[in-house]
Amino acid sequence: MAIEVNGKTLEVDEEGYLADLNQWEPEVATIMAKEDGSELTDAHWEVINFLREYYEEYQIAPAVRVLTKAIGKKLGKDKGNSKYLYELFPYGPAKQACKYAGLPKPTGCV
Amino acid sequence: MAEPWEDDELEGPVRKFMYVNRRAPYGTIYALESLEVVLIAAAFEQDVTLVFMDDGVYQIKKEQNTEAIGVKNFSPTYRALEGYDVEKLYVEKESLESRGLTTDDLVVPVQVVNRDQLAELMEEQEVILSF
Repeated sequence: MAIEVNGKTLEVDEEGYLADLNQWEPEVATIMAKEDGSELTDAHWEVINFLREYYEEYQIAPAVRVLTKAIGKKLGKDKGNSKYLYELFPYGPAKQACKYAGLPKPTGCV
Repeated sequence: MAEPWEDDELEGPVRKFMYVNRRAPYGTIYALESLEVVLIAAAFEQDVTLVFMDDGVYQIKKEQNTEAIGVKNFSPTYRALEGYDVEKLYVEKESLESRGLTTDDLVVPVQVVNRDQLAELMEEQEVILSF
């Protein structure tokens, strides 16, 4: 499987996760969201950028509980809760946001 | 029906798991696999303890460079454990000293225990997995 981004063909796995995270660019997230029928707002980008920084630092995609807690610490309590994150990413905050951010699927979680 | 964020899937028995890491980080898959199952156990809010002994102490040594062997340096991931509420990290004193290392050489804060103290800790566990 593959997606077209800025004239380039990027390989993705059967669940739509980018095969090589070094190929990520912001348009990847925009195009993946469009395929899911949604449009990314600043609130979405805040989470996507957070995940990219988390991966850069720890070399893993965080479990949803860890993501929620870490978001709360960094962006405030009103954002560090499951309800807020599920509203932004209805397919599961860690799973869907990680996909848009070009990260691997988080280990054993939603 | 409950909303997904109200899903209480994590309710269940909490067991005391100890993961004993005894091998060098690279060359075999044991260290990385151990770290993966530790993260899964932690995601399911189990009571997780990690032990590093023998060559396993090298898993958390600072300044690992894996470029020449063409594999990912996963040592930064040990620093994510705190965010997973995994804070019981023990290093066996004898293993550390015989390799000329101190806690200053390690990427995460640990408690150094001797062989006898480690045996006591093991007595307290419900499940012990050796990697």
